[in-house]
Amino acid sequence: MFYAIILPVLLAVLVPFLAKLKARIHTGILVLWAPLLIFIYFARKIGKQFQPSDQHISWIPSLGINLDFHLDGLSLLFVLLISGIGTLVVLYSIFYLSRSEQLGHFYVYLLMFMTAMLGVVLSDNVFVLYTFWELTSISSFLLIGYWHHNERSRYGALKSMLITVFGGLSMLGGLLMLTVLSGTASIQGMIAKADVILASPYMPLVLVFILLGAFTKSAQFPFHIWLPDAMEAPTPVSSYLHSATMVKAGIYLIARFSPVFSQYDWFVITVSVVGTITLCWGSYMAVRQTDLKTILAFSTISQLGMIMAMLGFGTKLAVFAAVFHILNHATFKGSLFMITGAVDHEAGTRDMRKLGGLVAFMPFTAALALFGTFAMAGIPLPFLNGFYSKELFFDSVIHLENSSNAILNTVVMLLPYAVVAGSIFTFVYSMYYFFGVFFGKNKTDALSKTPHEAPLGMLIAPFILVAGIILIGLFPNSVNGSLLEHAAAAVLGTAPSHNIDIHFWHNFSQAFIMTMIVAVAGTILAATRARWTDVYQLLPGRLSFNRVYDWLLERLQIVSRRVTHIYMTGSVRHYMLIILGATLLGTFLVMFTTGGVHIRFNDLAPVSLLEVIIVVMMVIAAVATLFAKNNLTAILILGVVGFGTAMLFVIYRAPDLALTQLVIETITVAIFLLTFYHLPKLRKREDTKREKTINLIISVGFGAMMTLVGIFSFSSESFAKISDYFIETSHSIGGGNNIVNVILVDMRGFDTLFEITVLGIAALAVFALIKFNRDKGAR
Amino acid sequence: MEFIICILAGILFATGIYNILQKQMLRIILGTGLISHGAHLFILTMGKLKRGQPPILTEGVSRYTDPLPQALILTSIVISFGITSLILVLSFRTAKENQTDNMDQLRGTEHE
Repeated sequence: MFYAIILPVLLAVLVPFLAKLKARIHTGILVLWAPLLIFIYFARKIGKQFQPSDQHISWIPSLGINLDFHLDGLSLLFVLLISGIGTLVVLYSIFYLSRSEQLGHFYVYLLMFMTAMLGVVLSDNVFVLYTFWELTSISSFLLIGYWHHNERSRYGALKSMLITVFGGLSMLGGLLMLTVLSGTASIQGMIAKADVILASPYMPLVLVFILLGAFTKSAQFPFHIWLPDAMEAPTPVSSYLHSATMVKAGIYLIARFSPVFSQYDWFVITVSVVGTITLCWGSYMAVRQTDLKTILAFSTISQLGMIMAMLGFGTKLAVFAAVFHILNHATFKGSLFMITGAVDHEAGTRDMRKLGGLVAFMPFTAALALFGTFAMAGIPLPFLNGFYSKELFFDSVIHLENSSNAILNTVVMLLPYAVVAGSIFTFVYSMYYFFGVFFGKNKTDALSKTPHEAPLGMLIAPFILVAGIILIGLFPNSVNGSLLEHAAAAVLGTAPSHNIDIHFWHNFSQAFIMTMIVAVAGTILAATRARWTDVYQLLPGRLSFNRVYDWLLERLQIVSRRVTHIYMTGSVRHYMLIILGATLLGTFLVMFTTGGVHIRFNDLAPVSLLEVIIVVMMVIAAVATLFAKNNLTAILILGVVGFGTAMLFVIYRAPDLALTQLVIETITVAIFLLTFYHLPKLRKREDTKREKTINLIISVGFGAMMTLVGIFSFSSESFAKISDYFIETSHSIGGGNNIVNVILVDMRGFDTLFEITVLGIAALAVFALIKFNRDKGAR
Repeated sequence: MEFIICILAGILFATGIYNILQKQMLRIILGTGLISHGAHLFILTMGKLKRGQPPILTEGVSRYTDPLPQALILTSIVISFGITSLILVLSFRTAKENQTDNMDQLRGTEHE
């Protein structure tokens, strides 16, 4: 399992070399085998007897972070989508991207994404999951910005990155809280401790954090705005990341944590409501678009909302319909993206207003699009898989049970209407897409090139997906027991059970009536679409969330620039004031709030006259530096303080210190005097009265702080001294009688080594500063 | 006595910081010197003063002063010497290149 995850990224390391051969062989052909191999490896696990399996690899055991992988039905479904659609997308890209593009970059990003996405759906450790999760955001960023010379691409890439990484970070917060609450970083472990987590008072916070991660990634309202802009990516990328896999990561997360949260009312309400709003809003927005890919982007948003809502319901039927629709959506939306790419490639535009009547030029493409769009609309025909999952969806909406929660009951009552409304728009844009592009008035004269049928290779991938639509449509129960039941069982947290049969025809159930309402109303609205265009423009008008995003981004930059200018003044004095003031405040705050104030007078050394004289002398000298008016005075006064310190060292029985201090002090004074002639002359202090007051407060405050810290920490002995160890072992380990020397050269030898290094660097810098001339360079 | 040395260290810190907050380079250098002296005395006090003999193993002596602060200070003295000489030359060179030793005039053009 682990090797399957890292295979793409290992291959990505080789891609730059493979890309050198692109004149002879398209790089895509050379990487095609990797996703295919992964697909075959995992496809062999499909079957009624499928059992979840685990793999454990130690990574950072001390932090509880291990490469734990868990393959259950849900993971298997996603892994198959990732590798299966991945294979088709690579195949498609061979014909879509010409060899003049930077193929190396493209396939490196794509393979990196593949590893990341496989990692997301297979990780059992939440931290590993998070790491892979962010990696998908980064590879998505790189792929959206693939045509980076294009300003819109860069805008879209940044937008998707900001929104998904914002969500990712908040998800990390939620995962951390879950880890703390349950005491384990394993998802399966958390599911086992669901009751502990649900009982926690922090549960609402956990929910908000986790949901933010899932909603941003899966483009749920109001975070959906990044997905339409992500359409600037090359079409294979849109088909792969932004419809089939990456945007479903949020859905995966919700599904994965469903066994933990599903008993929590607010989880059910939030996910259902947000999902339903997204379903309606996405399909409504799709109707008014003119760009083919943007229509598909909003359509994806709407379908994701639908899956999200079903996971929110959490009933057996709804969850089954959700996993079924995950599969179906990947087939029809993936194929539609590829068809759009083909149209774009051959007709030179994706603008609906310029397209029409293409069926005469691209009959085969049109046939594929027919299946794709009709499956998306949910038209009741026995060979379209979209219809089955959609009807199961309606069925699950109707059969939601009432509960004790009043808000939940209101939601349950309103849901069927909202769902039908959203589905009507889905019907309308599906028809609009198909008939608008392939039928209607022939506008090909205005196009920059004459459209013709796409090359065969470009149609293979969508053809396989359409074959999937039809096969699942004809034999829906073939995927049922072998795959979907296991996936649904993983979401529900139960053992797989066979109790849902998928039939084309039930009877005149409510769900069927809803389907018919959608079909009839949809047909009417689609046929009369032209009359409604003004209505579709009414909302959101000026209320678009894009404006909120742009405004926020702009304000953020302005405000941060302003804030930065407040403290980045370029004045050393200001920086020092801020640093010292903050230290002062922090220390006093901690000192007085944690009870650090102690004074004991009983264990002090006696005071002798000699020491007092030295101390008084040093104090006078220190204060005198402030009033020194010329260089010589200042240097000599500093010398007084230094020699005073040396004398104190003598009295306090530190012979080594006294010697060193004397030598160093002498050299320092000598150096000062040597540079004396060159140094700028000391002038009278030239600060204003206000500056003087502030300086005085800060410096006196800091001095007082040091004194107090010294006295308090001297008076409180929290732990035993460690220096006894050095006294005892100085001779036996270090072989020396001078303990200070043994510590320096033996026990803390590295400190001394680095100290010498510092001096060496300082000496080199001094030499350079004196010797080198800016104008002439090195002499 | 320890408290007196603590107060001395505090005064050294206070005067050192007051000097650092000035605009002339030489005063800033003086300030760093004063602060390092203050810090050394501060560390030394933490190991208690005048208890036992100098930390050199001798027959018949059982109490020594704390050797650990001394080792730390020894390192620090040498490092602060390195720093003092470096900033001394640095400020000499800066003043010569820019014709001023006033920190406010060295702020760079974007702030003026």
